[in-house]
Amino acid sequence: MNTYQLSHLEALEAESMHIIREVAAEFERPVMLFSGGKDSVVMLRLAEKAFWPCPLPFPVMHVDTGHNFAEVIEFRDRRVAELGARLVVASVQDAIDSGLVREETGPRASRNRLQTTALLAAIEDHGFDAAFGGARRDEEKARAKERVYSFRDEFGQWDPKNQRPELWSLFNGRHRKGEHIRVFPISNWTELDIWQYVAEEGIDLPSIYFAHDREVFERDGMLLAVSQFVTVMDHEEVITKRVRYRTVGDASCTGAVESGASSVDDVIAEVASTRITERGATRADDRTSEAAMEDRKREGYF
Amino acid sequence: MELLRFATAGSVDDGKSTLIGRLLYDSKAIFEDQLASVERASVQMGAEYTNLALLTDGLRAEREQGITIDVAYRYFATPKRKFIIADTPGHIQYTRNMVTGASLADLALVLVDARNGILEQSRRHAFLASLLRIPHMVVCVNKMDLVDYDEARFDEIKAEFRDFATKLEIPDLSFIPLSALHGDNVVERSHNMAWYEGSSLLHHLEEVHIASDRNLIDARFPVQYVLRPFSNEWHDYRGYAGTVVGGVLKPGDEVVALPSGFTSTIKTIDTPRGAVAEAYAPMSVSVTLNDDIDISRGDMICRPHNRPTTGQDIDAMVCWMTEQSSLVPRTKLALKHTTRTARCLVKDLQYRLDVNTLHRDERADALALNEIGRVSLRTTVPLFYDEYRRNRLTGSFILIDEGTNNTVGAGMVLGPSQ
Ligand SMILES: Nc1nc2c(ncn2[C@@H]2O[C@H](COP(=O)(O)OP(=O)(O)O)[C@@H](O)[C@H]2O)c(=O)[nH]1
Repeated sequence: MNTYQLSHLEALEAESMHIIREVAAEFERPVMLFSGGKDSVVMLRLAEKAFWPCPLPFPVMHVDTGHNFAEVIEFRDRRVAELGARLVVASVQDAIDSGLVREETGPRASRNRLQTTALLAAIEDHGFDAAFGGARRDEEKARAKERVYSFRDEFGQWDPKNQRPELWSLFNGRHRKGEHIRVFPISNWTELDIWQYVAEEGIDLPSIYFAHDREVFERDGMLLAVSQFVTVMDHEEVITKRVRYRTVGDASCTGAVESGASSVDDVIAEVASTRITERGATRADDRTSEAAMEDRKREGYF
Repeated sequence: MELLRFATAGSVDDGKSTLIGRLLYDSKAIFEDQLASVERASVQMGAEYTNLALLTDGLRAEREQGITIDVAYRYFATPKRKFIIADTPGHIQYTRNMVTGASLADLALVLVDARNGILEQSRRHAFLASLLRIPHMVVCVNKMDLVDYDEARFDEIKAEFRDFATKLEIPDLSFIPLSALHGDNVVERSHNMAWYEGSSLLHHLEEVHIASDRNLIDARFPVQYVLRPFSNEWHDYRGYAGTVVGGVLKPGDEVVALPSGFTSTIKTIDTPRGAVAEAYAPMSVSVTLNDDIDISRGDMICRPHNRPTTGQDIDAMVCWMTEQSSLVPRTKLALKHTTRTARCLVKDLQYRLDVNTLHRDERADALALNEIGRVSLRTTVPLFYDEYRRNRLTGSFILIDEGTNNTVGAGMVLGPSQ
């Protein structure tokens, strides 16, 4: 018998598709941010479903710090080709080369903050009026308060105390020229929902999400991968460990977690029992202070 | 596993943050690093014990001032259900925040401090929940530890609340005595209140029956987006994409498109998981028809013998949400309703409602921030609507100031203007 009741994943999926279609219908030049990370992979899958059997009615954009995991870039390109989508790359390296931003120096240098400038410049250059991001409200406490449609002024800034009320499924995307809206269609998904959906849908992810052996060293309580993008300091010891990534960001500041989870089911079991948030476990950038994320978001970070 | 959305309401210090912190903590939705950061913050603020309430204070200004600024969303799951909490602060801009947080909620949690009993604010919370037609309400009588877990005190509060609630429409009302601080009746039934025979709060949230809350009778499908692939493989495909907001749609059903009035029959219903035999709220689908009729975004597909009201003169309860202006007769605004956008003129403010006493002030000439009143509107194009009490999605709209682009009002349709 049909009980006319959707599962939680079906309900989340329907809500996300509704949001994505609203944006496509009401904005002139939307773009979807796509990093190859699991959240953006799921978001892109939802967009594919929202417009099936039509192609995506907007391009996808990668904000590329230049500090990438090779597996992720390979995945990004493959996925974009499969969808026949148009890829825009907003390059932090280009922003550095053209003098738009200055690179941090020292062993702890990170390009994380510079992403904001590259992103805002690309939004302006291409005249994008809406940018879909794969942020989830359960990730971080500043995000818990962000709207699905998050208004940004001409400097790309977020004003948390002055957000538009958001009611029912009615979204207000009105803005003036030069302003834009960040749209978060998977706001209501948790990390576990994402993985359950990946399992249910058989979604392909970059291999670094699963257990593999990697040369790592410990810094600030996190395991960073040895790569050309980081300088291992003298007192830091390099060891090979079985690890996987819970988030995918800039290779110089995204930490791995020790894990033997080699399949989606293993990962679900791990996520369901873990006692540390994904950003807490893996993002050096959020550890700077209690309000680190809030500050970066105000400036226009995704 | 189903999804349940609930909104929380309580006056400052009733223990709302403590209760949410406990639900999250006991259901393991709080992680060690979050707890550690809360412990650090508690020490910094000179607290003697870890203040679970800090788990839910998000922004820096809030932590500094010890208040909550805006609606925050929290998530937790048990093996039975996934929960989305819309956590609304109890003081400033209360009405605006609660209306926002409650608009999609299946259930409202209203907190009452057992020592204080029903205050004016509790009445207001209950009224707003009923205005927004949240189908289920749970009154949590908190801090029972401070009244010696006294059954008589609980019964007294319950009776007083029930008495007031008879004036409201609350389809399902329950009461739970608890102590958020000590965990009594939050997850497990409390040994301190053996006299209480009901379930714990979490058990109630897991079991409350929400399947029949949706309208499965009046088929309503506002068209969001038209899918035309222009490819060889899908040459003739013309799908009307959207979210079902009422009733059940099936292939073969005779349907009518509004405003054109053309009829056809449903050929297929495609979903993200393939073609289906039935579609119902809140599914996101794409409908194809057997005839080529002209349909675009903003149109409404429904059944020929069960149509929404079509009209431009509408009466609605409106909640005003900005301090930058007030709603007065002759105000012109943009309006969004289902997938339609229109402009509207405020023709009349019939009365302003006192949310504490429910008194109607017919001499009021404006609605200011957080005020609610009955308003008559004239729209530039016809809307296809139902009464809000019959369908929360075809009966609701938002008002937008065309100068600032801000969302300034929330409307719940009562019916055509007299
Ligand atoms: N004794 C007792 N104190 C409580 C209980 N629940 C909350 N409190 C205390 O009441 C105060 C206000 O609680 P809080 O959760 O911050 O209230 P909010 O303003 O509603 O979020 C805090 O000092 C809590 O520790 C309870 O069940 N019993």
